[in-house]
Formats: sequence, structure tokens, C-alpha cells
Amino acid sequence: MAAAAFEPVLTRNVGNPAALTLDGYRKGGGYEGLAKALKMEPDAVIDEVKRSGLRGRGGAGFSAGMKWSFIPKGKGKPKYLVCNADESEPGTFKDRLLMEKDPHQLIEGCAICCWAVQASTTYIYIRGEYTYANGVMEQAIKDAYQAGILGDSVLGSGFKLDVYMHQGAGAYICGEETGMIESLEGKRGQPRVKPPFPAVVGAFGAPTVINNVETLANVPHIVTRGADWFKSIGTDERNTGPKLYAISGHVERPGTYETAIGIPFSALLDLAGGMYRGGTLKAYIPGGASAAILTADQAHLALDFDTMAKAGSMLGSAAVMVMDDSTCMVRSVARLAKFFNHESCGQCTPCREGTNWLELLLTRIEHGEGRPDDPQLLRSVCKNMNGTALCALAEAAIGPVDSLIKRFSEEVDQHIRDRACPFPHRRHFSNGAS
Amino acid sequence: MSDPAASPSPSPAVSDAAAAPAGSTEPGGERREFSAAARAQLQELFKRYPTREAALIPALHIAQREWGGWLPDAAIAAVAREVELPAAKVYGVVTFYDLLHQHQVGRHRIRICTNLPCMLRGSDEIMAAVRQHLGVGENEVTPDGRCSYVHFECLGSCDTAPMMMIDDTYHENLTPERVRQILGDLD
Repeated sequence: MAAAAFEPVLTRNVGNPAALTLDGYRKGGGYEGLAKALKMEPDAVIDEVKRSGLRGRGGAGFSAGMKWSFIPKGKGKPKYLVCNADESEPGTFKDRLLMEKDPHQLIEGCAICCWAVQASTTYIYIRGEYTYANGVMEQAIKDAYQAGILGDSVLGSGFKLDVYMHQGAGAYICGEETGMIESLEGKRGQPRVKPPFPAVVGAFGAPTVINNVETLANVPHIVTRGADWFKSIGTDERNTGPKLYAISGHVERPGTYETAIGIPFSALLDLAGGMYRGGTLKAYIPGGASAAILTADQAHLALDFDTMAKAGSMLGSAAVMVMDDSTCMVRSVARLAKFFNHESCGQCTPCREGTNWLELLLTRIEHGEGRPDDPQLLRSVCKNMNGTALCALAEAAIGPVDSLIKRFSEEVDQHIRDRACPFPHRRHFSNGAS
Repeated sequence: MSDPAASPSPSPAVSDAAAAPAGSTEPGGERREFSAAARAQLQELFKRYPTREAALIPALHIAQREWGGWLPDAAIAAVAREVELPAAKVYGVVTFYDLLHQHQVGRHRIRICTNLPCMLRGSDEIMAAVRQHLGVGENEVTPDGRCSYVHFECLGSCDTAPMMMIDDTYHENLTPERVRQILGDLD
């Protein structure tokens, strides 16, 4: 299969612990991209990234080069890069791998971005639970300062750059751009009204780029190998480059797999060793908890931004969660609804109240206490949450619920009709212990 | 490609491990101020940001370590003084974040991931095993002060589900039997 032959780019150092050290990273060509970028005009770096077609790997899929180009030119005001390492989307664990196994790749990506937009400070906002990854990053940053890669004169160029780790404290909403900025500033992580967008008024009132870990990890390779090389990978000119897929749930070998963007779900499932214990595929979520659920008859679809959008779902963070036919969809979606209810920041009424209702209704249906009108009520709550809140969390919460009602309505109805969940509670442990 | 072993923390700047460093305490034993070492850490932090307020969350992490894993009123008052914010503002931030605690916690803090990927691989049974072994409810502290536990949202280790986090360490690919062993081995 073609996908298996993909030569890793972002994860090339995963099996190579030497890359944790500066020497080891440099042996594999590390920091050559930064050296090359520093010899280019900043705008030329932005153009190269723009031309590569790199789209944000955090969830929204916005053009990274475009985002950089929105930052005002000139040296009058301070500018910032905030690297989004708050990886909290359920099912997502790719950025942790990148930080734990190849910290210098991320630092190099941050440094190139800062040169391109002429920012002199990076904050890597990492979720508070990732203490191990944070320690690895701290050590790599320290080594980079000592070697003159960070600090007053990056690689002797005279360009000044500071990079700091900043640990969050456990809140999903801080992965939202403006929630992250608020949190970085020492406040509750409640998203801001937009516009102004962070590129104009971001951290500490200054122009700010916010990019996901994986997005920035791509940057050194684009600079070193060129936009044309990057564009030669992927489905089409709108879906380019290598991509990490984090696959979990009912598969034999859950893990992070790197392929060209746009691998069909069925091929990814093969890479992951197929269904857990030979089970039958029932459904999968292609892009984290916020994405609409897809069914087994959609297994042939390519996991890229546009194919997923066309199918009514999204690539999101490419966290692929797989469910076999022993899975109760009501129970699964009720668990996701519980998550969104917990994580709603409470600022906007439709989201604060709506996420609470979604959890309440789905939980009672799962427990055999659903009422005949509940599916209609779920639809109504979803409708009232759609487009009525400041940030995307409300719409994220609707994603799985909406697809449950559309694609698994019979299963929902059966719960209500039988006043019980029809699925036996299955044990999953390999040694059969209980 | 996952890391099969539990991931120990080298020496994170912010660790959840409870420590009992020397520092100023009231005659009654309740700590009132940061230790000198923690205060030096705070001074370093303030240099990183253009505003003092930006150091608030890192400062709260440090305070939590100083005050035994949670933030009694005295800790919040001390943070407010250092960061030069009204205490009300600090309370507002503390209540927002899951890793900041306003109630007493065990010497070991156990967080069991129960989100969908872990649920699909049996986190209900992991939760039950923890509850049964410790004999207390969620957010309660065992009578010996050793442990407290909570169910938690996705901890980003879905490839090794089901999993739990004890203090700073991820314990992965769990079974109820393994959970009992791990809990039994805690000091």
C-alpha cells in the first residue's frame, strides 16, 4: 500500500533519541532551515510558506502563510508568536509526540516564524498536564540558548529571539486563540469578541501569530526543501504536505501515523492493524470530539480538509476515533456532551445552557429515561446554539449530537422506546481481568 | 509509535508533586508566605512577560506546590500580594481551571481519563477499580491523607487507553488488576 511507504517528515526523529540533543538534531539537518531563512527576506519566507499551501493543523485549517501575512510590518511595536500546545481535543495526542520526541524541530519552526513576522518573543502555551513534554522542551530551549540559536543574536544574525514555555492549568477553551491569549495574560480563558483578530490585537495588545505545534513543525521542512516539494505531497493544491493522524478506540494498534495528507480512512485503519479483535466497523469520528460522526459506508473517504467538509464533518485535529458494532452511539455522544458541558467557559448563554441541556437529554436517553419528544428537543437546542456564541465551542458541541440524530436516529428511538440501552456493557481488557 | 512506558517527569518548572519546603509559617503551623526559593522563581517569571499579571497562572502552580497540592486562602492571599492583584481576581482565575484546587487533595492526586477513547477501551472499570481500592468517593481524600481521585477529560494519551495520571506520571494500557498494583505501590 502506498501509504505505508511514506517517508516520515515530522516524525522522522521519533525512533531516534539522539535528536533530543542539539548535536543529534543538527546531524539530521536540524537548524539548516533556520539558517537558510535568516538569509532570506522575511517576506520571502512568508511567501514560501503561503505558496506551500500549509494549512493550520490545530483544527481550523486556515492558511499558515496567510495568517503570517496579516501581521503588520515595521518594527515599532512588539509582536508575538504564541505556539498552541494546549492539545486538549479529545482523541488528539500528536503534538505531545512531536514535543517529547523532537523538541528542536518545534523550536526551529517557531524561530523561522518569528523571523518571518519579525516577532522577538515566542510563548509556547502547553497544557498543564503535559509536564513531561514541558520538561523536554525546557531542556531543548536551554540548550538552544547556550548554542546561540536563541537569545540576543540568533545564529549570529543579530536577530533577537526569546522562547518561553508557559504552562496552562486545565481548560479546553484555552486552545481557542483568544481564550489562549486571555489565559496567557493571566486571566480566565474566556474568548474575546472578534474582530479585532489576534494578528492586529493579540497578546498584550500587540500583533500575534497563533499556530499549532504540528503547523510550526512543518515550517523548517518547507524552508529547507521548498514549497514545490511540499505541494507535491497530498491530495490536491488545497490539501498539501505530510499529516499526523492520531487513531484510537477500537483498533489493534492505536497510535500516531504520519502519511501524506488525504489518506483514505480505510487505509489508515489498515496501518493501525485493522479493527480491534476483528470487530466490525460501525462509525468513526475523523477530527476530534467536535467533528460529526461518519459511518462505515464512508470509510473510503480521504482524510483531508475538503473531503471531510464535503461529507459534513471536518478534519479538525485529525484525531480519528474508531467504534465497532458493540458501541452504543448514544452513550458515546453523551460522553462527548458531558465534556463540552464541563468545558464551556460560561460566557455566552446559548453555549452555557445549551451544552448543559445536551448532556442532560443524552444521559437520560442512555439511562432509559428518554421521552418521546427528546430527539426534537435535542434538535431545537442544537439550532439555538448554532452561530449564537462568541467562539466555536458551541458549534463543536453540536457536531457529534447533530450527526447522532441524523445518522443513528433509529438507535436513539430504540433507547426511548425500550426504556433501556440495548447494548451490553462490554469488557475490553486484554487479560480478561475485571 | 507510542511510548509504552509511563512517562516520568524530569524536573518540570511546574510540577504537581506536593512538596513541603521550609518557609515562613504561623505559630499554628499554617504557611503564610512563599519560601525564599519559590520567591526567587517568581522573580524569574516576572521577567518573561510585559505585565506582572501574566505570571499569575505560573505563580499559582508554584503556590500549589508550596502549599501541599492545593490553594488555601493563605496561598491565594500570598499570590495576590506577589502578583499585585486583588484577591478576588485571583479567586476568579483559580475557579476557572481544573488543575487549580480550592479544596484539600491527597498527597497523591489521581486523574482517570474517562473521555471517549478511554471509555471505548474500558475506563469505567478503571474508575471502579480506583473507587473500590481507595474506598472513598471522587474528590474525597483517603483517611490517611494519601490519595484523592477525580475522573478527568482527555489527557492526550488515547493510544495507550485506558490510562490515568498520578501526580506527574502517566500510567498507560491499564487493567483493573494493574490499577490495584499501582495504587498499592504508592508511598
